[in-house]
Amino acid sequence: MERIYLDNNATTIVDPAVRDAMDPFYCHMYGNPNSLHSYGIEVRPYLHQAMEQLYAGIGARDEDDIVINSCATEGNNTVILGIYFNLLKDTRRKHIVTTQLEHPCIRESCRFLEQHGVKVTYLAPNRDGMITAQMVKEAITDHTALVSVMWANNETGLILPIKEISEVCKERGVYLHTDAVQAIGKLKVDLKDVQVDYLTFSAHKFHGPKGIGGLYIRNGVSLPPLLHGGEQMGGRRAGTVDVAGMVAIGKAMELANAHLAYQNTEVRRLRDKLEDALLKIDDILVVGKRELRTPNTVYVSIRGVEGEALIWDLNQNGIAASTGSACASESLEASPILTAIGADKELAHTGVRLSLSRFTTEQEIDFSIYVINKAVSRLRKLSTSY
Amino acid sequence: MAKSDLIGGELWEQYSDKVAERMNNPRNFGELTEAEAQELGGKLVIANEGAESCGDTVRLFWIVDIKTHIIKKASFKSFGCGTAIAATDMMAEMCIGKTVDEAAKINNLDVEHALRDEEDVAAVPPQKMHCSVMAYEVIKRATSIYRNVDISTLEEADIVCECARVSLQTVEDAIRINDLTSVEEIADYTKAGAFCKSCIQPGGHEKRDHYLVDILARVRAEIDHERYPDKAMSADFEKLSVVKQIKAIEAVLDEYIRPALARDGGGIELEDVQSGENGIINVHIQYQGSCKGCAGSVAGTLTFVEETLQKNLSDKIRGIVV
Repeated sequence: MERIYLDNNATTIVDPAVRDAMDPFYCHMYGNPNSLHSYGIEVRPYLHQAMEQLYAGIGARDEDDIVINSCATEGNNTVILGIYFNLLKDTRRKHIVTTQLEHPCIRESCRFLEQHGVKVTYLAPNRDGMITAQMVKEAITDHTALVSVMWANNETGLILPIKEISEVCKERGVYLHTDAVQAIGKLKVDLKDVQVDYLTFSAHKFHGPKGIGGLYIRNGVSLPPLLHGGEQMGGRRAGTVDVAGMVAIGKAMELANAHLAYQNTEVRRLRDKLEDALLKIDDILVVGKRELRTPNTVYVSIRGVEGEALIWDLNQNGIAASTGSACASESLEASPILTAIGADKELAHTGVRLSLSRFTTEQEIDFSIYVINKAVSRLRKLSTSY
Repeated sequence: MAKSDLIGGELWEQYSDKVAERMNNPRNFGELTEAEAQELGGKLVIANEGAESCGDTVRLFWIVDIKTHIIKKASFKSFGCGTAIAATDMMAEMCIGKTVDEAAKINNLDVEHALRDEEDVAAVPPQKMHCSVMAYEVIKRATSIYRNVDISTLEEADIVCECARVSLQTVEDAIRINDLTSVEEIADYTKAGAFCKSCIQPGGHEKRDHYLVDILARVRAEIDHERYPDKAMSADFEKLSVVKQIKAIEAVLDEYIRPALARDGGGIELEDVQSGENGIINVHIQYQGSCKGCAGSVAGTLTFVEETLQKNLSDKIRGIVV
């Protein structure tokens, strides 16, 4: 069966060009970049090149740091736990402002700090599914050390007003961290335009491999390392650098930015086509205004159709999507986003996310529209509410 | 944690082929009507269970022969995940040909067993077990409707978890039938405690009449007591401090011994607890009321008191009348 991948906010296919760029480092160029001999010498230029690609990719200045690590979860933990050791532990600044929309790695590391006396505010999204700069402003107190707000939401694709939030943080003298995992490759991330102190990203969300990520640290902003050891990454993150992974994330970043226009036109067109077709189904709800979302994401709630049942049917037809329905996870809580936007309680278990990539084709979207309609009509025939 | 727990993420690949097959092609779905019931000369029963806001709902249709009480036809509609649909489909099928009384005995484990491909491999992963509980509850509901038991009596059942409308009885049954040992397992099987979490323990959003931690502790104690009637708590009892031993003895006196003696107008007081040789625990007691001076006290009653204490607490206990 031909398969169609519409779960690109979960992970993405590795771009063949990225794979080609990685390959030599799994073959003859296996040197440790810390070695003095020729094996080390020959790989270092590739790491410098990757750095150039990454700095250019997010608009970092030469004096800033981009620390290569294993994933955004590591980057986010480094920031949250690092802030604790730098500020929260010994000063009166014992408060973090974050949101209920964040990835579990932010939420759980904040919960962990709460056990150590840190106060955390988890902002609830408004009825549009958004966090506003005003909400952040009101949450900041004299004790706030850090604000952590994602750049774009994984579930809905909603793009948060990071620029305005950064201005609020600057005004109040509070550090700002943003998890940009869902933003890179989908919209322009330019730190010359938006001033943040910490930013995290992960290669596998933009057609790089899994297991490699990056943490941007603005010049002059201190942060102790999470991993102590050798001098790699200027001592900010010890551990032998994953050479192939680092080359890959550099290449993937370059390609992601080169395809931003394509994302904004073609991927957006296909997403809109899919969304328009879905909106023809009765009793369907799409979360978030289209123009406020990343161009690849649509999050739908279809009355009477339980989320996991729908993605089961899609999977039977070779289509991969994901659900916010709690039934699919070990926790049974209703989707926080559907609750937040004030959707009917009956819809809490109906959320399904479809996320495209630059590799998604028009034929795939056409077939998906057909399959989704078929599945919805089958499941509604079974459903108690239809 | 162990080797098999570290990767995680498994869900659908743990479904049996029967679950997948019934999810894709449920055999008994759809509605039954009054017209069909009349045609078959039976009574139509429609029972609803669950709420969409909680993640799944089931509507069960029965046509029951009112003379024989045999369910001639059964079908369902469901809002829920694949497991819920498959379990409900199997449940509806299992009802057909049974009397209402027989059907009422079908529980979620029967449904799960019927969905297995292999005798000793579960049909669904543990976190999906709750989806079959719904199928079991809807049968109870249909039974009450058929028997014309006032629905308000069902509504007023002791509800432990309001979010998922799980009754005390359901929680107790789930613990007993499935031998559950943790609050997390209760949530997997019944959904109780899986939503707002208020009912897990005191201190949540709302104050509740029942808390899962208390129910679990009580039912576990009952199960242990039934399983090991002779040695229910002996190992534990001997390790207790004297104060706690006294409290435990008082509890047994209150629950089993005093009510029995009271029927004859007698009573009993605990005087002392002393440890003897070889781990023997001497329990000194004094009779009250009509037991006092009764010739039977020393022999028959003492044997009763001693055996009851031994059965409930420790076989090392010896009764001594002061």
